[in-house]
Amino acid sequence: MTASPAIRRITLALLLAPLMLWLGLLVVIPHIDMLLLSFTEKTGVRQYQPGLANYRTFFVEPVYWTIFLRTALMSILATLLTLVIGFPVAYFIAKLARGRSKAFLFLLCLVPFWVSELVRTFGWMILLRETGLVSGALQALGLVSGPVELLYNDAAIMVGLVYTSMLFMVVPLITALDSLDDSFIEAGYDLGGSGWSILREIVIPHAMPGIVSGSIVVFMLSLGNYLTPVLLGGKDSLWFTGAIYTQFITRFNWEQGAAFGMLLLVLSSLIVWLGLKLSGQTLSRTVG
Amino acid sequence: MTAAPPDLECRAVTKAFADFVAVRGVDFSVPAGSFFSILGPSGCGKTTLLRMIAGFADPSSGEILIKGRSMREVPPNRRPVNMVFQHLALFPMMSVGENVAFGLRRRKVMPAEITRRVEDVLARVGLAGMSGRRIEQLSGGQKQRVAIARCMVLEPDVLLLDEPLGALDLKLREHMKVELKKLQSEFRTTFVYITHDQSEALVMSDTVAVMNHGVFEQVGSPRDLYFQPATAFVAGFVGDANRWQGRVEALSGNAVSIRTEDGLVLRAHAADGALAASDAVAVFVRPEAITLSREPAAMLGLDTGIAATITGILFNGANSRALVKVAGQREFEVAIPQTGAFAGLSVGDVVHLGWRADQARAYRAPRP
Amino acid sequence: MKSRTFALALATALVALVPQAQADTLRLLTWGGYAPQNVIDLFKAETGHDVEVTLSNNEEMISKLRATGGSGFDLAQPSQDRILGPQLEFGIYKPLDLEKIDASLFIPSMLEATKVNTTVDGQIYGIPHIWGTDGLVVNTAAAPDVDDYIDLCDPAYAGKVSYRLRRPTLIAFAFSMGLDPFAAYGDTAAYEGILSQVEAKLRECKANVKTYWGGGDEITGLIRSGEVVAAMAWDTGGWALNAENPDIRFIAPASGAMGWIDTFVIPSGGEADEAAYAWINFVMRPEIAAMITASAGNFTASQGADELVDEALKARYQASFPAEAVDNINWYPPVPAGLESLEGAVLDRVNAS
Repeated sequence: MTASPAIRRITLALLLAPLMLWLGLLVVIPHIDMLLLSFTEKTGVRQYQPGLANYRTFFVEPVYWTIFLRTALMSILATLLTLVIGFPVAYFIAKLARGRSKAFLFLLCLVPFWVSELVRTFGWMILLRETGLVSGALQALGLVSGPVELLYNDAAIMVGLVYTSMLFMVVPLITALDSLDDSFIEAGYDLGGSGWSILREIVIPHAMPGIVSGSIVVFMLSLGNYLTPVLLGGKDSLWFTGAIYTQFITRFNWEQGAAFGMLLLVLSSLIVWLGLKLSGQTLSRTVG
Repeated sequence: MTAAPPDLECRAVTKAFADFVAVRGVDFSVPAGSFFSILGPSGCGKTTLLRMIAGFADPSSGEILIKGRSMREVPPNRRPVNMVFQHLALFPMMSVGENVAFGLRRRKVMPAEITRRVEDVLARVGLAGMSGRRIEQLSGGQKQRVAIARCMVLEPDVLLLDEPLGALDLKLREHMKVELKKLQSEFRTTFVYITHDQSEALVMSDTVAVMNHGVFEQVGSPRDLYFQPATAFVAGFVGDANRWQGRVEALSGNAVSIRTEDGLVLRAHAADGALAASDAVAVFVRPEAITLSREPAAMLGLDTGIAATITGILFNGANSRALVKVAGQREFEVAIPQTGAFAGLSVGDVVHLGWRADQARAYRAPRP
Repeated sequence: MKSRTFALALATALVALVPQAQADTLRLLTWGGYAPQNVIDLFKAETGHDVEVTLSNNEEMISKLRATGGSGFDLAQPSQDRILGPQLEFGIYKPLDLEKIDASLFIPSMLEATKVNTTVDGQIYGIPHIWGTDGLVVNTAAAPDVDDYIDLCDPAYAGKVSYRLRRPTLIAFAFSMGLDPFAAYGDTAAYEGILSQVEAKLRECKANVKTYWGGGDEITGLIRSGEVVAAMAWDTGGWALNAENPDIRFIAPASGAMGWIDTFVIPSGGEADEAAYAWINFVMRPEIAAMITASAGNFTASQGADELVDEALKARYQASFPAEAVDNINWYPPVPAGLESLEGAVLDRVNAS
């Protein structure tokens, strides 16, 4: 059949078309557009010329790289906290829970995602604000004498980020831990291992791809989060996405915003790459 | 003075789960340096028993002792036993050497000493110089040996093996049987081996316990189990056997005359104690115990002699069988000696069959 | 965030390519409360035009129109000071045809002032709709001596004050520090001088602030709960709170409330001009304008509508604005193009301090 290779090629093209359209229209083209925009300097009213001024602003004006650094460090911290909290949860669901309780616990992890991020964040505001539930409970218990403000600080941002990210850490961890045969753990005990040494030498190395993929997702989500830091952080809510939003929306300075966006893309990729190097993982092993 | 305690002793060990009893009052002891197998069909409770010895499960009642010391409340990582798991459970993220060194590291052995002992044990299992290999680079047989080395380097009092040959192909399994037996005699460590494969148990073991429905049916040497099975279950499970249901017609001492349900009359040996006339019995005759001849004269001197027609030939080299049938009765199997005398045997031929009374073992039929 | 903005821009652009079969749907880009459903229903009954409302604020209106080159909406309502600059930079509005507007419906002085402020190259781009002020919303029981923006920095109220981190705050603090930012609009160096003084003050004041509020509901909630006792905020929020708790009042600050006028402009890509003009003439009728005042809380530029407004609201207005306070209002002049990026850098530094 002479026509079949051609038909096969057309079929393949048709199958790939939605993905390509999506990638092309919504990912590639906007990014190229933004890249070009970021290298455009504004010299006057309706006057633009190519240049690096927007990038220079980032490195020369300490405000912006301080915000970026802070965002990156907070995101890394949020990732670590999510991992530390999520790992036992995932371990319990994957290895200890059985049957119906396993499904139920997994569902519990999903519940917060039935409402929008905005509603979730407002939930935390209701809990943490000065006249909120936690403050009231502390006063009722006599632990504090007056109202306490738990909102509008870095800890509140951290709580919000960890809460929002938990599912994205727990799911890959459960997948990774589910594939760990119980006999590996038993063999570890049998050979004289303690709980800690088995965790360190057997469970964690096995779960590493899950840990890494979960961490990448959580880190990127935290870095790219906008609502949580802005709403929970109050006056101290410096977040790089906020800076980008400000440039685009309130300053009408798309050129600067585009440069910040490209910097976020490049610098966050760099951090992920560094993280992979340090943990001795490769991207292909993590996703594959 | 007292004799040295056995390496492993189980006293009335029972394990009851919510809805069934997996192990029921099992008693046995394994002398130092012997190869002890527990043979039984799947679901017989042998794995549960092994896990109790390893410490992954606690007996509901009874006691397990290793070298005379009670294992009650002793966690698996503190027991002087190690286990080779069914799928070996070699740690895929570690090299061969790291796998073998795992237990030594837990015991805080000096690194130089660890290296020496790992190399030593790998050499003893025939894997000298392989400590840097990754697990996935090994063949099935090499993995077996790493799993054994990983345990043996810790010099356990008892090595437990949970059907480790199950996943191997036939040729390798045959080879590993011999190898395991050799390793055991070399290390002189007590092996407790569980399997559902009678050939593994018979070839390797000093002593075999046949387990069924949570109890030991018989404990004895492979030869005992084969020639003197104590129960109908053992007779049917260990080795092949033709089985007939029937009733006792006449008896004198242990020699009984039985008429089967389809009318065959045979002489047999009452294997489980005194039978009485008209007792329902099951009779087992091994295909290889039946004398096969084209001449009726060859049956002289045998207690049972019958003529039958060949209905099928199952050629399998040394294990070749003929399916035979006496008119109006059901088929049974007869081994064909591969001496060349029966090379021309074919379907439809009439042959003469016979066996001595002590080669047909009659057991009281289990009450329905 | 970044790709979302672009996706939005792209999607809007794609939608704009599709020819509008029903040109009698008015796509209105406006503020919350400015187009209540009862008014939309009356308009539809009278003219047959549908109204599709998108709620927004000054910055987002301009950003949205910039993203699409002025299309996607048929009528928008930015403040009168935010027309000149964006029009010069981005050309997102089209000149108004005053022939099609019934000028008699407007308070003449307000109409004339808005025309002047929205004239670019001799063309008029905006006419007034709703006006109001930024001032102080104070819980007078808890914070009796707050009467100017600068008082928000009084350590006595540490952790209990709030304002937005936006350009009106810069301007308001400048006035309350005795400076005149509007006079310096044309002189970049002088304006930068003023901004640096304001920046220093706001950095110093940051410790006093509970949080920089973002939305009207947020600041209302903070004051209602007592977590904030004094804030720079909109008059309508103050009046609404006053109705619940008489101690909470909207105060015109000593240095003057900040006066804003939201306008009608037609985006350069607008496709339903007839419906847009019909809407303008419809909502400026006194009885309709009074309905909008009831919904938005602010007064309109409609001649005679004030007479029809609820007495309680009028009383609150008069309590906040004695005659001299009205004269004292600082009306925003048009923001020259480029000023916002200077202010933006200041706001970013204050935020990061």
